[in-house]
Amino acid sequence: MAELNITQAINGALGSALESDPTVIVLGEDVGTTGGVFRVTDGLGERFGPDRVVDTPVAESGIIGAAFGMAIGGLKPVAEIQFMGFSYPAFDQITNHVSRIRNRSRHRFTAPMVIRIPYGAGIGAAEHHSESAEAIYAHTPGLKVIVPASPYDAKGLLLEAIADPDPVIFLEPIRLYRSIRQEVPDGPYTVPFGVAEIRRSGNDVTLIAYGAMVKDTLEASEKLAAEGIEAEVLDLRSLVPLDADTIIESVEHTGRAVVIQEAPRTAGFAAEIVSQIQERALYSLAAPIQRVTGWDTVVPLRRAEHHFVPDATRIVAAAIKTMES
Amino acid sequence: MSEPLQYLSVAGDPVREIPLSVKDLLLLYGNMVAGRTYDRKCIALQLQGRLATYAPFEGQEAAQIGSVFPLTADDWVVASYRDAAAMWATGYPWANLILSRTGDERGGCPPDGVRVLPPSITVGGHMIHAVGLGWAEKIKGSKSVAMTFFGDGATSEGDFHEAMNFAGVYGTPTVFVCQNNEWAISMPRDRQTASDTIAQKADAYGMPGIQVDGNDVVAVAIAAAEAVGRARDGQGSTLLELLTYRIKPHTTTDDPGRYRDEEASHQWRRRDPLSRLSAYLASIGEWDEEWAESVAAGAGADIERAVAEAEALEPLTTEEIFTAMFAEPTSQLLEQQQLAGTDNG
Repeated sequence: MAELNITQAINGALGSALESDPTVIVLGEDVGTTGGVFRVTDGLGERFGPDRVVDTPVAESGIIGAAFGMAIGGLKPVAEIQFMGFSYPAFDQITNHVSRIRNRSRHRFTAPMVIRIPYGAGIGAAEHHSESAEAIYAHTPGLKVIVPASPYDAKGLLLEAIADPDPVIFLEPIRLYRSIRQEVPDGPYTVPFGVAEIRRSGNDVTLIAYGAMVKDTLEASEKLAAEGIEAEVLDLRSLVPLDADTIIESVEHTGRAVVIQEAPRTAGFAAEIVSQIQERALYSLAAPIQRVTGWDTVVPLRRAEHHFVPDATRIVAAAIKTMES
Repeated sequence: MSEPLQYLSVAGDPVREIPLSVKDLLLLYGNMVAGRTYDRKCIALQLQGRLATYAPFEGQEAAQIGSVFPLTADDWVVASYRDAAAMWATGYPWANLILSRTGDERGGCPPDGVRVLPPSITVGGHMIHAVGLGWAEKIKGSKSVAMTFFGDGATSEGDFHEAMNFAGVYGTPTVFVCQNNEWAISMPRDRQTASDTIAQKADAYGMPGIQVDGNDVVAVAIAAAEAVGRARDGQGSTLLELLTYRIKPHTTTDDPGRYRDEEASHQWRRRDPLSRLSAYLASIGEWDEEWAESVAAGAGADIERAVAEAEALEPLTTEEIFTAMFAEPTSQLLEQQQLAGTDNG
C-alpha cells in the first residue's frame, strides 16, 4: 500500500492492466513519450513500448474510431482524450458507432473499450479545457459513465471498466487529480459499477454528488456539522448504471436532499436524480429538493472561473434552505 | 495521372493479357449476377411496401464483387449501405441483408465467424473502423487485412482523412475501396472535390492510390489482389478509386430527374459490367447460355428463400428492444423494460 493521488492511482491501474492482459492498448495524444498532458500515463510508454502505449496523431475522431475497430477485433483499447471539450470531435464515433454496435448487431459485434476523459474546471485552463459534459454521455444509450472521486475508486473503477464487456466513458476530475491522497493497494482490484458510496452518514439531509464535487460536498458537510446539521454524503461513482436505490433509501431516511453537479444547470444529470427522487420518494420529503450546479453559461476563463464552479459555501446554503421548511 | 487500370474494353475485348482462369471468371460472373438479382428484387419488394428505403447498386457489381475476390474468411469487410454484393460475397447472408432492409436490427447479426460488420448508415464514419480492425490484426501478428467500401461523397468527410492518415502513419493492413459512382445524392463528383482524381488523395497520406475501371471486374479483381497482397505482406494500405456510375436513384425515395440528365445513365448502361464479361467469355468460346440461365435461376431461388426466411421472423418484442444495449441490462433498463410492457408505459 502506498499513499497515492488520483493520477498515480490511474497510472497504477493502467500499468496493471497492460501487464496482465496483452490485448490492452493505451492510445491517445502524447500518452507515450511524455506521459500525457496530465502525466497520468507517465512511464508506461517506456515500460510497455510504443506499440502498446501509442502516441497518436491529433485526431480525436480517428483515435476513438480506430480504438473501436481494435475493440471489435479483439483488443482492449483504453483511449485518452486530453480534455472534455476535445471529446466533441469524437462525438460522432462515440454516439453513432461505439455506443451502438452491440445493438446494431444484436450482440454479434461488441466494443469493449474505455474512453478516459479528464473533465471539469478549477485549474484556470484555456477555453474547451473545463467542460463537464457527463449528461450528454449519460443520455446516450449504450454507454456506461463512470466518475471516480478518490484515488482508491479511480484505480478500482478503471480496472472494472477495462474488464467490462461494453464501452465505458471514464471521467477523471481534473482538479482532484493531485489534491487528494489516499492509501491504494499495490495490486489489482476492482470497484463495482452501479454502487454509490456513503461517504458520510447523517440523519438531517442527503447531499448527492459525484466526481469533482465530492470533495467540496464533504467540506460542506463538515461546515454543516459545525452548525448542528448532520448531512449524509453520497458519492455516486457511477452515473450509468445508477445506484438509485441507495439515493432513495438515504432520502427516505433524511427527508431532505441537495443534488450537486458542476455542469450547467439545465438538463443536467442532477435533474435526472431529482426526477428519480420525486418518482419514488416524494412523500418522504420534508422540503423541496435543491440543486447546486454550474450555470447555463460557457465556463468562464481563469479570472472569472470561480463564479461558475460550485463550492462548499453554496452547498451549505442549499442544505440550510432544505432545513428551513 | 495515368489512364485507369483496365483489362477488358467496354466491348469486352482484352486490352492486355487476362491473368485470371476461366473458372475464376465464371465465379465472378455468377457472383455479379447474384448481386444484380438481389438488387432488383429489393427494389421490387420496396415498391410492394415490404422493405424500408433501399439504396440500389445496379451497375456497381464489378466494383463490389471484384474487390472482395482476393479476400479470405479471415479478412474483415467494413462497408456502407450500398454494398450488399460485397458483403454477401464475403459471407454475409442475403437473409440478413434483407432483414436489415425490412427494418430489423437482427439483420445486423450475421452467423458467428463472419467478419463483415453491419453496414454504416452515416456516411464516412466507418473507414476508420477498418483501420482499427487492420491495426488489431497487425498487433495480434495475423495476416488478416481489412477492406472498407465507401463512395465519392464520403471522401469529403473529415473521418475519411483521419482514417487515411492513421492508416498511413501506422502502416495498417487496410484497403480503402472508393466506388466513385459520380453522385452523392444530388451532388456530382466534380463539385464534391477539386482534386482531379480521388486516387491522388492517397499521395497526401503516403500510400498508393490507384484508379481503376470499376465496371471491369478483371481490373478490379487484379487491383484489389495487389492491394490486399501489399497489406498482407506488411506494406500497408492502398486507396483504390473504382470508376463507376450510379445509374439508379440514390435510394427508392430519390428522384434524380430533379438534378441530373438521365442521358449519362443510358451511356453508362452500355458499359455494363456483366455484359462486358460475358462478351469476353463468348469471344474465347467459354460462354454457355444454358449455364448463364441456371446461374440466374439459382440466384433467384436463393434470394426468394432469403426473403421468406427474413419475412418469417416476428418483429422484436417490447421486451427484446431492451436486451442488446449491454451484455447485461442495467437496473434502469430492466425498470423501463417492465414499464414499457404495461399500459402505464
